[in-house]
Amino acid sequence: MSKPKVGFYWCASCGGCEESVVDLAEGLLDVVAAVDLVFFPVAMDFKREDVEAMADGEMAVCFVNGAIRSDEQREMAELLRAKSQLLIAYGSCSHQGGIPGLANLYSHESLMKYVYEESPSTVNPEKVRPAPETAVPEGATVTLPELDHEVKCLDQVVDVDYYIPGCAPPVSLLSNAVTAVLEDKLPPKGTVLAPDVALCKECPRIDTKPADISLAELKRPSLAELDPEICLLTQGFLCMGPATRSGCGAVCMAANMPCTGCLGPVSHAKDHGGAFIGALGSILSPENEEEIDALLEQIPDPAGTFYRYGLPASRLFARHNRATT
Amino acid sequence: MSETATAPAATGAGTYEPRIVAFFCNWCTYTASDLAGVSRLTYAPNTRIIRFMCSGRIDPQFILTALRQGADGVLIGGCHPGDCHYSTGNYRALRRFKLLKKLLAQMGLEPERVRLEWIAASEGDRLQEVTNEMAEQLRRLGPPNLEAIPAPGPGEELPGEVQELEKTEA
Repeated sequence: MSKPKVGFYWCASCGGCEESVVDLAEGLLDVVAAVDLVFFPVAMDFKREDVEAMADGEMAVCFVNGAIRSDEQREMAELLRAKSQLLIAYGSCSHQGGIPGLANLYSHESLMKYVYEESPSTVNPEKVRPAPETAVPEGATVTLPELDHEVKCLDQVVDVDYYIPGCAPPVSLLSNAVTAVLEDKLPPKGTVLAPDVALCKECPRIDTKPADISLAELKRPSLAELDPEICLLTQGFLCMGPATRSGCGAVCMAANMPCTGCLGPVSHAKDHGGAFIGALGSILSPENEEEIDALLEQIPDPAGTFYRYGLPASRLFARHNRATT
Repeated sequence: MSETATAPAATGAGTYEPRIVAFFCNWCTYTASDLAGVSRLTYAPNTRIIRFMCSGRIDPQFILTALRQGADGVLIGGCHPGDCHYSTGNYRALRRFKLLKKLLAQMGLEPERVRLEWIAASEGDRLQEVTNEMAEQLRRLGPPNLEAIPAPGPGEELPGEVQELEKTEA
């Protein structure tokens, strides 16, 4: 029997998702022995033509990481969708929009202006910007992909079968998913392949979380000392644990940092930020407007805090039907 | 369940009527709307009232979902501070509301679109006033433009705190 063909591709992402594949360590050898890697441009020499030459559905499974924010990425997503039986959104950007998704807070023009003209590290007196087409002296025209005005997650562009969340996804989620594919033991389509309980459940600090938290002040990890034993939310740090899916082994809490929510919400919470605001409203203690306003001053960037990995997927910004809701 | 926003309610040619989803607490504001009814107070017919047992039950996700599914505005009505039937539900509503408003402002939504009012069971006239006022404000604003990405003015691209940091580093 021929081995199942597997692809791995990146769109708007940092490369951390590829790192997480390498993190399989010697487990990677078992995977490579069991499957036939037919497309993995980061690590191996494959070209787009190789994918175009495949029959539809030739790949058993394709993992796509990264958000979609250019015409080239959209074309690749559509191409890989056609050539794969299973398309898996891999990592936060592909699942919910990720860090690149925060660009949706700004206009296209202000982003381009900042990056190509104003940022402290940029020297660009001629104000050169990338152009989709440029004529070169040799007589030819060279082309570049054009940046979209909006960052989207993968399922806002093509139909997605499964999601593996995380920034980058924990190794255990990847190996579980690969095993599930190989043994044909997959859950219903549209499932996020991670435990569907809040992170607090697997947090080693859970026993220090009182039944009722009452916070009169908020702290930020860069400006205050973090106790290594006690529940971070109880200490006043904004830990997204109560609204975030588990599956990461609470590694950030073990490293004494609060959860920033990279695995996205549990399935019954439809909006990550909305769910966390709901939780936070219950545990802050001030009752009058002035005190509440003063406390909320401690959250200077709510969108970047509550939707750090999922602004494109948020209720308000999700402009397209998901395959499954 | 369709998530797609539908076109705003329109009556007649060219007249835009905003659709306001109203989340009212059972003990105060919902009773106030009953009182407004039996007192025969007339007010803008733009609200679609949904009754909750307490304003503290109104999850911010409900507000976001209403806006997502085509509401032009969301009105939340609860008991005055100190009067909550369940003692502190309205304080929770207030804290969530304030945080959500801050978030929505950052996302480019006009502040008039989400409003919280304390309206007691005896204040039918206040309900009339608030509903009329909000309907008028939203009529002036027009439908929310969720497609438009907010375009900050020069120097406003980054949160103030980040700008400060960039200045010190430059």
